[in-house]
Amino acid sequence: MKELTGTGKLIRLILRRDRWLMPLWVLFLGLVPISYVATINELFPTAAGRQEYAGASAHNAGFVALYGPLSGSSLGELVAWRAGFLPVMIGLFSILTVIRHTRTEEEAGRRELLGATVTGRHAGLAAALITTLAANAVLGAILAAGMIGQGLPTAGSWALGAGFASTGWVFAATAAVAAQLTSGAGSARGIAITILGTAYALRVAGDISDLSASGTLSWLSWLSPIGWAHRMYPYGQDEWWPLALAVGVIVVLTTAAVALSARRDIGAGLLPPRLGPATAAPGLRSPLALAWRLHRGLLAGWTAGFVALAVVMGYLAAGIGDLVRDNKEMMDIFARLGGVEGLIDNYLAGTLGLFGLVASAYAIQATLRLREEETSGRAEPVLGTAIGRIRWAGSHLAFSLLGPAVVLAAAGLAMGLTHGLNTGDVGREVPRVLAGAMVQLPAVWVLAAITVLLFGALPRLAAIGWGPLVICLLFGLVGTAMGLDQRVLDISPFTHLPRLPGGEFGVAPLVWLVAIAAGVTAAGLTTLRRRDLPTT
Amino acid sequence: MTDAISAAGLVKTFGPTRALDGLDLAVQTGEVHGFLGPNGAGKSTTIRVLLGMMRVDAGTARLLGGDPWADATALHRRLAYVPGDVTLWPNLSGGEVIDLLGRMRGGLDKRRRADLLERFDLDPRKKGRAYSKGNRQKVALVAALASDVELLLLDEPTSGLDPLMEEAFRECIREERRRGDRTVLLSSHILSEVEALCDRLTIIRDGRAVETGTLADLRHLTRTSIQAELAAPANGLAALPGVHDLLAENGTVRFDVETAALDPVLRELAAAGVRSLVSRPPTLEELFLRHYDRTGAAGEKEPEVSR
Repeated sequence: MKELTGTGKLIRLILRRDRWLMPLWVLFLGLVPISYVATINELFPTAAGRQEYAGASAHNAGFVALYGPLSGSSLGELVAWRAGFLPVMIGLFSILTVIRHTRTEEEAGRRELLGATVTGRHAGLAAALITTLAANAVLGAILAAGMIGQGLPTAGSWALGAGFASTGWVFAATAAVAAQLTSGAGSARGIAITILGTAYALRVAGDISDLSASGTLSWLSWLSPIGWAHRMYPYGQDEWWPLALAVGVIVVLTTAAVALSARRDIGAGLLPPRLGPATAAPGLRSPLALAWRLHRGLLAGWTAGFVALAVVMGYLAAGIGDLVRDNKEMMDIFARLGGVEGLIDNYLAGTLGLFGLVASAYAIQATLRLREEETSGRAEPVLGTAIGRIRWAGSHLAFSLLGPAVVLAAAGLAMGLTHGLNTGDVGREVPRVLAGAMVQLPAVWVLAAITVLLFGALPRLAAIGWGPLVICLLFGLVGTAMGLDQRVLDISPFTHLPRLPGGEFGVAPLVWLVAIAAGVTAAGLTTLRRRDLPTT
Repeated sequence: MTDAISAAGLVKTFGPTRALDGLDLAVQTGEVHGFLGPNGAGKSTTIRVLLGMMRVDAGTARLLGGDPWADATALHRRLAYVPGDVTLWPNLSGGEVIDLLGRMRGGLDKRRRADLLERFDLDPRKKGRAYSKGNRQKVALVAALASDVELLLLDEPTSGLDPLMEEAFRECIREERRRGDRTVLLSSHILSEVEALCDRLTIIRDGRAVETGTLADLRHLTRTSIQAELAAPANGLAALPGVHDLLAENGTVRFDVETAALDPVLRELAAAGVRSLVSRPPTLEELFLRHYDRTGAAGEKEPEVSR
């Protein structure tokens, strides 16, 4: 196996480079579900309480979209269901890790440096894959051991751990293929994450369709590796055979990655690089025009992703009513919550809130482009011309602040339109849903502004800008379940947004949030003006 | 004549390291000024201070009559900069980058752009990620040289260029020098490049200027190597000031002599009777290497002279 010579050494290199990052996500994602055991036990101590909760949740389309199908009401099943979004995160981290140690290395020229030593042709790919697969296996084992330690059934715990790990494996292998396709790490990452997003969307569409009486589209879940993990029904039937599907796909993808890697030159992709224009278009004359070139791909990608998801979620909204109409008991419960109308509005508002959180990820990502430009040395030639720092930063911030507005508006329109077409009242639904999407914006801006401030004041720690989003996500998804105090929950700007459509609209919190965002952004730009521009 | 760049006592520290340690630099308007020093001497830091990207801890700097930190944007209209390590946007073509940087600087000479592209043999249609290091360097050079500016700040501009392209670069700088309306600060660690192009130069080491002056000034600081076959032993040589590394065997002497001490040495040789004489003219190489040698202290020169 001379093709794999040196794999062991490269694995050690990867472990050395990721000695903080990898344990962090493995531990975090492995331990979070374990914390749900105590929470759910506390909230629903009796089997009857759990059953009532499960009965209502299993038919809540918003919950099913986020967490997946719920088939039973045992403690283990509730915990596994509640952790249903985590496999997406595991997939994401697996993709990032594999690309980081394959195509990123190659693009930076470091693979060439290592390739000239005694390392085999496939050693780099093998090392990245083995490390990521092992990390996922460890994650699964920690999860299973933790669950058993909490007194949950052994077989179910292992099924849950295996389901989590296998999702990570499938997407690690997906990333290994994507890394062979393009010469830029950014586009490779984009391809793999698009596949992850598609897998998630397929599972959501399939599972929601499964809720409706006809269930015509429920087979879509079977196209999604994320769906396979749910179909293992840990603590329920404990099905093991979906795991075989995952393993089969991993074998196929890995073989494909190796075959592709063997057919190409180092540094090259399979998709050939194209030539560009010899002279710049007349419009390419300002930092804003440059920023448009650098951000347009990201903006288009996010907009397309949001519109796709919004169409699916909007399409499902009207069906929520049908679910309960058949059920007299449920009908009574929901009548108290504002009837079917209130139920649909609640679903729409919850989904839009989730969109707001996800749009913040885009805002932070776009803001961090500033830091990327600075450390790569690409900001230097621009700032060496007659462009001041504020104008340069402003050109990128135009995208991190207005980009989310475009994305949310597109999502609101798409969702309002599909829902409106379903109910036959487009004129009513479009403005209502669009408003619900747009009120998210002030909170999104606050998170972007925090990243701007970090970039200005503590540039080396700018990536901490992701921290507030993680906190808001945690509060938004599990905050009430964790029984956190309202004063703590109030830290998240999203807590203060009006819940539209259906909820009460108040201007004051929006004005406050916009003011905070503006102030923090201004502080960030002021510190940027005063500091050195190091390239490290 | 006014100075295009004048800096006095610049100090810049990064944590425990002192990148600049009281640096003085004066570049006259219209000259090509060499800025020599080993890696890590502080050349790039100085240039980044002059560009207003870093603020000094102490000292003053003036650039084209303005403050490089406070007036950065206005000053940048009048200068062009080529970084030592050029990175390009992966999805922009070389031609687009040249035009964009030129336009943001305030103007680009189209004819000169075409001419430079041809001289540097650069394909402007390739995307940033497809260029080699040398070609990325060329993109930045074309963008800078085709701009209509008063001052060029070039940070090791020939690193990564092949000898042919290095010659093309030298020719461009020589043209600038002949026209005489542009000032060039050329940082380099290649002496021959600076010798070929510059009117004056500053050698820096450990964040301080250790020599500055014209090439002729600095040659005076160097030594001529002499090898002579003599009729009789010249015993007085060893005692003369300014003679170094004297070796005598079988009637042949080899030594280095400082320029100022040439006269008495030649008299001493003539008195002994010269049969043959080889004299190697002074080069900056030696001076330069002495400053590069980090094992010796900066003040090494003085004790040698008095030996």
